[in-house]
Amino acid sequence: MAQSRGRFGEHGGQYIPETLMNAVIELEEAYNHYKDDPAFNRELGELFNEYAGRPSRLYYARKMTENLGGAKIYLKREDLNHTGAHKINNVLGQALLAKKMGKTRLIAETGAGQHGVATATAAALMGMECVVFMGEEDTKRQALNVYRMRLLGAQVIPVTTGTATLKDAVSEAMREWTNRIDDTHYCLGSVMGPHPFPTIVRDFQAVISKEIKEQILEKEGRLPDAVMACVGGGSNAIGTFYHFIEDKGVRLIGCEAAGRGVDTWETAATIATGKPGIFHGMKSYFCQDEYGQIAPVYSISAGLDYPGIGPEHAWLHDTGRAEYVPVTDDEAVNAFEYLSRTEGIIPAIESAHAVAHAMKIAPQMDSEQIIVITISGRGDKDCAAIARYRGENITE
Amino acid sequence: MSRIHEAFSHGKAFIPFITCGDPDLATTAKVVRAAVKAGADLVELGIPFSDPTAEGPVIQGANLRALSGGVTTDQIFELVKDLRTDVSVPMVFMTYANVVYSYGTERFAQMCAQTGIDGIILPDVPFEEKGDFAPVCAQYGIDLISLIAPTSENRIAMIAKEAAGFIYVVSSLGVTGVRSEITTDIASIVKVIRENTDVPCAVGFGISTPEQAAKMAGLSDGAIVGSAIIRLLEQYGKDAAEPVEEYVRAMKEAVASAS
Repeated sequence: MAQSRGRFGEHGGQYIPETLMNAVIELEEAYNHYKDDPAFNRELGELFNEYAGRPSRLYYARKMTENLGGAKIYLKREDLNHTGAHKINNVLGQALLAKKMGKTRLIAETGAGQHGVATATAAALMGMECVVFMGEEDTKRQALNVYRMRLLGAQVIPVTTGTATLKDAVSEAMREWTNRIDDTHYCLGSVMGPHPFPTIVRDFQAVISKEIKEQILEKEGRLPDAVMACVGGGSNAIGTFYHFIEDKGVRLIGCEAAGRGVDTWETAATIATGKPGIFHGMKSYFCQDEYGQIAPVYSISAGLDYPGIGPEHAWLHDTGRAEYVPVTDDEAVNAFEYLSRTEGIIPAIESAHAVAHAMKIAPQMDSEQIIVITISGRGDKDCAAIARYRGENITE
Repeated sequence: MSRIHEAFSHGKAFIPFITCGDPDLATTAKVVRAAVKAGADLVELGIPFSDPTAEGPVIQGANLRALSGGVTTDQIFELVKDLRTDVSVPMVFMTYANVVYSYGTERFAQMCAQTGIDGIILPDVPFEEKGDFAPVCAQYGIDLISLIAPTSENRIAMIAKEAAGFIYVVSSLGVTGVRSEITTDIASIVKVIRENTDVPCAVGFGISTPEQAAKMAGLSDGAIVGSAIIRLLEQYGKDAAEPVEEYVRAMKEAVASAS
């Protein structure tokens, strides 16, 4: 019996239709070839630096630190990347890989629209065709991003099945991939899905923790006490954690979207409320009912509104290496407003979940301690939705 | 040898697919009996899943209708028990990995054996991942059915060698659903299968007309039809038994005439 590939403890694997097996095997072989290829890495490094604007800044949030009166707070500014989020790191890597594999068309799913925008951007840059699947509900919540994708030359297909959110967009992108494999690469946006995606996406996002480590050593001469990030599928979180996994003195904290609370049905906090399952190509934790039907999850944040979590996070949770905490809509919105007023930085509502948790723990820490929060994206896209949340109707 | 072989022992087999609980379980029972009366050699029963990633819009719709009616895995085992009082043709489940895994794979296989299910088809469990399911199924005498796709190529022999029950040959790329034309070279795929196993193979995905069914059965050991039957359920709802019986009779005749 052939061996299952891509495991993180018991999680991960390749639970996909037979139709896609040769495609993921081909992708794994191509990735294994190019990941250590100096020319590929030089080209990707140039794209990261010259196009995406890396390295992103590690900013000392002095006012926030003073205001909270505890640990020293640094912000890893992935929001300053080209296209406004960490998503571009993974997309440039995958698009370049797809191009080397001879693919001419990229398909992608998107929740908040950031991954869709990044994919459309890379496709425009590299002269590839691009189709983005987006839940119809999310096309309404993130209308501006839909326009951006179209402006960049991508076709946006609203998905009306199921809850019409991120999980349904993933399902539809997978269906499309089984339909057209030869010329098409599925540019998956998070550390989820079948192997080798969780590994490939993690490796391209690991640049975040690689830079944090260099930058904090330069600024403080020591490692941080905690690094934190929001978690949906978990790509910016794994990118933030990766180079600290072996540094046992660094706490790794993932902030899940609790929606209206983990004691309600309107939540997307997978570690807090899910159980082990098999879905979207992987074994991991999923929000589901007693018969394994996937739950219709909810969060104010379209990017975290997903019923599962990447398999490496599931494993980091099982081993106790990382902590996962739920953060509600209310807490995230407060943090969104807080960071805007305190530091003049409008974070994505996704990233605001990590800011919210930092606001809870920083005051309990002493001034010698250091926290790094990854601001995974900028919050311009969320302004209309947050205004509505506060009862103010503005038009974009 | 499993009971599934019997389905292929009197000529080419016709295999209808029915989603349990669409629109309710009483209708499913009637429709299954009607299909068997009309000559179905093996019945594929779908356990609905909230996110059926291998299905096209028609079967997605059936899953949704069934789940909104509140059907559960336990109720479906009750249905099978009831069907087994008079239905003797082999029956297999078609569902997704999480439905089995969350129920407890061993408990699921045990219930299959107790109620009279002969095999399980899991479209999101490829060869590499069958270790989670196949040994437990085998322990309870249940066949985990293998799928072979148009893109399987160098994988066909490996899959065929370990196949049990029957092999589900996926006719086309993409998801389930009616197609006007099937362009895959089924004959070449079946040739490699035959070189590696005696397990029978049936072709599914995209078949709706008697002509297509006859052609696909001619190239293999049988034809599987899902979406075309689900369309009848969509159209006739609780009164679908009669039209399904007529349809299955015509399809069975076409398949039987294939050589």
